[in-house]
Amino acid sequence: MFQHNRLNNEITLFQKIKNLDYILLIAVILLSVISVFVMYSTDGGEILFHTKNHFVKLAVFFPLMILVAFFNIKFWHNFSYIIYLVVILLLIYVSFFGIKSSGSQRWMDLYLFVLQPSELMKVAVILCLAKYYHRLKIENVNSFTSITIVLSIILIPIIFVISQPDLGTSILIGLSGLIILWLGGVKIKYFVYSFITFLISLPFIISFLKPYQKLRILTFLDPDRDPLGAGYQIIQSKIAIGSGGFDGKGFLKGTQSYLDFLPEKHTDFIFTLFSEEFGFIGSVGLLILYSIIIFRIVRIGSISRSNFARLFCFGYAFAIFIYIVVNLSMVLGLLPIVGSPLPIMSYGGSSMLATMIGFGIVLSAKINHKQMIA
Amino acid sequence: MIKSNSGIRKTDVINRRMFLIGAAKVVVLIGIIARLFSLQINENKKYLTLSDKNRIREWRLPPTRGNIVDYFGNVIAGNLKVYQLHIIPEQVENFNYLLVRLKNLLNLSDKKIAKITKLKSELKPWDSIIVSENLSWSQFVKINNYLYDLVGVKPVMTISRNYPFGDVYTHVLGYVSQPNEQEILDNQIIQERFVPGMKIGKLGLEKRLENHLIGTNAIQRYEVNAYGKRINQLEHQKGVQGSQIRLTLDTEIQKACGQLLNEKAGSISVMDIYTGDIVAMYSSPSYDPNLFLFGISQDEWQLIRNNPLKPLINKTLSGLYSPGSTIKPIVALSALENNVIDTKFKVKCTGKMELYGQTFHCWKEKGHGWVSLKNAMKQSCDTYFYEVARLLGVDRLNITAEKFGLGKKVLGEYFDNEKKGLFPNTKWKKNNLGRGWVLGETLITGIGQGFIQSTPLQLCMMTAQIANGGYAIKPKIIVDSNPISYEDAKQSMESGLLFDTDSENLLDKKLFKEKKNIQIIQEAMFASTNERFGTSYKSRIDDPKYQFAGKTGTAQVKRISKRERELDLELEQIPYKDRDHALYIAYGPYVNPRYALSIIIEHGGSGSKAAAPIAKKLFKLIIDRHELRNKQSNFERITV
Repeated sequence: MFQHNRLNNEITLFQKIKNLDYILLIAVILLSVISVFVMYSTDGGEILFHTKNHFVKLAVFFPLMILVAFFNIKFWHNFSYIIYLVVILLLIYVSFFGIKSSGSQRWMDLYLFVLQPSELMKVAVILCLAKYYHRLKIENVNSFTSITIVLSIILIPIIFVISQPDLGTSILIGLSGLIILWLGGVKIKYFVYSFITFLISLPFIISFLKPYQKLRILTFLDPDRDPLGAGYQIIQSKIAIGSGGFDGKGFLKGTQSYLDFLPEKHTDFIFTLFSEEFGFIGSVGLLILYSIIIFRIVRIGSISRSNFARLFCFGYAFAIFIYIVVNLSMVLGLLPIVGSPLPIMSYGGSSMLATMIGFGIVLSAKINHKQMIA
Repeated sequence: MIKSNSGIRKTDVINRRMFLIGAAKVVVLIGIIARLFSLQINENKKYLTLSDKNRIREWRLPPTRGNIVDYFGNVIAGNLKVYQLHIIPEQVENFNYLLVRLKNLLNLSDKKIAKITKLKSELKPWDSIIVSENLSWSQFVKINNYLYDLVGVKPVMTISRNYPFGDVYTHVLGYVSQPNEQEILDNQIIQERFVPGMKIGKLGLEKRLENHLIGTNAIQRYEVNAYGKRINQLEHQKGVQGSQIRLTLDTEIQKACGQLLNEKAGSISVMDIYTGDIVAMYSSPSYDPNLFLFGISQDEWQLIRNNPLKPLINKTLSGLYSPGSTIKPIVALSALENNVIDTKFKVKCTGKMELYGQTFHCWKEKGHGWVSLKNAMKQSCDTYFYEVARLLGVDRLNITAEKFGLGKKVLGEYFDNEKKGLFPNTKWKKNNLGRGWVLGETLITGIGQGFIQSTPLQLCMMTAQIANGGYAIKPKIIVDSNPISYEDAKQSMESGLLFDTDSENLLDKKLFKEKKNIQIIQEAMFASTNERFGTSYKSRIDDPKYQFAGKTGTAQVKRISKRERELDLELEQIPYKDRDHALYIAYGPYVNPRYALSIIIEHGGSGSKAAAPIAKKLFKLIIDRHELRNKQSNFERITV
């Protein structure tokens, strides 16, 4: 065991580069390229603000991902709790001194760019719980103490995020955390019980929702209720996607977005624009690309020797999947509108930063997949 | 070892649970793809339509109305290019400032400004508001000079109705103007084609033939963005101009009628006695229909409305007059047809006739002595016709009169305002007044007074049917697609065949029993105009080319009291309202006649002094125009 450690510690830079997962890397690059083109389309076929910024962010965060990958997975294991705590501190900072925009207080100004700590928490919570379960004896997984601790790990950031208010991100954080609980071996019946409890208490939860959040749920149930008001986004999104047809309207020819009928086309509704211009074929292609990324992450997890790496990869793969599903269901009118970006595609620095760090850790797990962690 | 064991067991748990999630992921992914499939493949058409609905907006332009032309193809209701001023609210930076500027430049009234402000709140910001419908050239230049300062203002060239002959055709054509809400709702076609600024027929043929004249909208399709701003024009679909309508009227004669009736209240109608074509139909005074196109000013409207000569009434069709002596040809004809009298029948006129203690006066106080039919017609002896009417009875007279078109609408299908008049009989009085017929009433009916009421056009048609030898005609004002020539009309008429294709119910064209009787009437009318002592002898034309036969009429508008009769006042001494209406009916040329006319001068005094001289002036023109008219119709028959 000692020997192993020493052996792995001696991996050279060349070996690290060689051990990167190139399928994952190529898929991410491909996605990045597509995202730049789509951003170019949202700017009406010109290289304007969004295209430029998106490209710059990719150019900064992609090398950052490689940098993260070159740190040993053990390093990430060792710093997991600290990272989690730092992000919690950022959330606390934001809740007091954050920048307010359109009714919510989510951002902090870092001079170079505006950071949204809740996006980082989506990765940090996985990191933290992966370490916790890695260290936890299997016999203690279902103990009262351990469950209390993991629930606190999940709920503390959620409380901060929900009070920003940001329902979408807090749901995503919660789901990312719960999946680690599931993978860690928490009894299935606990999940079933809590799900039933959740359903029963749903009316109470709804009564605590903000009016605009209730409106979103009502609108989801019947978008035609107020077609020019609350239902507008979802109706226009469905029109755009539906009118795309089999092979789409063509690059830069999406009338719905070009003529400003699409709301939030740079961020949450980026898929709508993509789907309008590239149709069913393009959409399925994009889903396949995402599936390849997810599959590769799962694959890396399954070859990892340490349960920390395994838990992180599986958890992160699931998280990416959930982001995609929540975003697509929202734009396809299958779920109420909750703010949730599409990884890499959507415009937004913090989301991309978090996603790239996540990929970086996954790549680190790949490079060091033989690494055992005590 | 324990630790390592625990690690392996943990790995197993993680892997097993990962597998379960993997399966769930696949299911969810399939669900998402199914949703994509249903939206993009199954419902593609629906969403494509919705997307086009989003981005494409149509702007419809007012349709161009069809022209109305006279018999010779001269445009009498056409279209002119006019300059309008539009405001497009969404492009205006400061609406109030703009209104102040425009108010100064165009001298707009406060009312107009208030109207524009109201329109602005009602219309969508990209809909244009019409500030001025008809800018004068100087206004147009002024606006163009200041255009840099008038953001959101757009001078537009458009097409508007125009009546080049002004008041000459007003009562026939009517005019167009902005429709009100009810008019839009009432007519399906107007409803479909309505756009702000469009005008519809309000009166006359413009209203009646609306659905033919209206034309279709030109359509401009624009791609618009989510805020309704036009991005680019996709296509321009040209509208189709409304159908052209050709009338039987002759502008030259129509104009002459206007001049002859200048400053008088009255009417002239001229008709082709074989084809029924109305050659002229003028009601005086008239007014300029162009005034109504862009909204008539209050002052001008009051001037028209309050004119005592009543320009708004189409006297040819809606004016009801006692025919006076112009009814005498029908009374005489009816008596001949019913064998009540013959040409030798004579009555002694002493200037008055006593019946059951009532005195019936002849217009000539001294009396005419013994008169036969011909002399009675010539000198218009009332006593003779009192006696004939007494012998004939009102019911037999009524039958003949209705045959010749009295008491019925002449052009009923074209004009809403046409009146049918009244020719009484005993049954009518019983049903409508609830009292029995009195013999005295028969006597005054015999000289065209009393209950009897007729329109000038009815009298014209009656004359035409006497002139053509006693055959029914169907008067028309619009040229058929397949017009019949007068020769054909005349021939088929005399052979007793149907000549009018669209009046299949009028099988019996013959209005007489004995042709001879019609000739007697024609000769009597000839005598009245062309023989010494005839009432219209002074207005005769000796040249056989223009020679015409006629009958004067003087219709009392009130009962003449004994005192007034003794005073025997000159026309100028009687108040205008109490003066008699002057009437004249005529046809010509006497040999081989072609045209009939009726003239009425309201409160003009006697028919022989006021109405007959007009016929003399008019007949020359009518006959002179005949060659041209004939040529036109022959030319058409050859080219068809």
